[in-house]
Amino acid sequence: MTERPLSPHLGVYRMWRYSLLSSIVNRATGLVLSAGLILLVYWLVAIASGPAAYRAAHAVLSLGALKAVYVILLATFSYHLFAGIRHLIWDTGHGLERAQSQRSAALVAIVSILFFLGLVWWALHAGGRTP
Amino acid sequence: MSLRSPLGRVLGQGSAKEGVHHWWVQRLTSVALVPLTVWFVVSLLSLPALDHATLTAWIGQIWTAVFLILLVLTGTWHSQLGVRVVVEDYVHGHGTKALTLALVTFFHVVVAVAGVLAILKVALGGAG
Repeated sequence: MTERPLSPHLGVYRMWRYSLLSSIVNRATGLVLSAGLILLVYWLVAIASGPAAYRAAHAVLSLGALKAVYVILLATFSYHLFAGIRHLIWDTGHGLERAQSQRSAALVAIVSILFFLGLVWWALHAGGRTP
Repeated sequence: MSLRSPLGRVLGQGSAKEGVHHWWVQRLTSVALVPLTVWFVVSLLSLPALDHATLTAWIGQIWTAVFLILLVLTGTWHSQLGVRVVVEDYVHGHGTKALTLALVTFFHVVVAVAGVLAILKVALGGAG
């Protein structure tokens, strides 16, 4: 096959524009959440397999290393949620001007960080149980 | 300048109206996932404990099971559409791309079927 330039060639973009970065991050967080589906189904199947199987799975899911994974999943969920809502607003034809888009990129970053911190705070205070 | 092909112009049949299918389903699932995912995270954090008895009682409620099944189906569908686009953009070469897309589809179907069956089993009282 002939080697020809294929789009999207990330190398040519000025990645430090956060309006562009926000688009890449939306894809990256989407991929992380897709991988998170494995954990969700592992957990559901463990519940369906009865109390003994669930206890074994719960021991695995409570591993310290997985706590970091849950934090990452909460963070990526927070971002993907608000970035996705931004996309849905764009689809109505609103907010597409450059200044508006830069403003909304900043807004998505701020709101998703606050939402994420709120979730973490809640998880840590949820009836004294470990998240 | 017309962008229509000579054959298309001669046949004169217009668009099949299916060019936006992928785009439209990605939007539909996005809209549905906003309430479904927020509901799931909030519910999970609201549960008093994460032991087997609490979880089976929770999933045993009809609306919990309904929303969980919708979450798994909509989530895997949305995920499949999204991962497919990323593969189409970044995986090059016909063979590799086709194989990756096939694996992506299989993965999502397995996840969806396993998730729904697990929820149904618990909801119908089969998880002890």
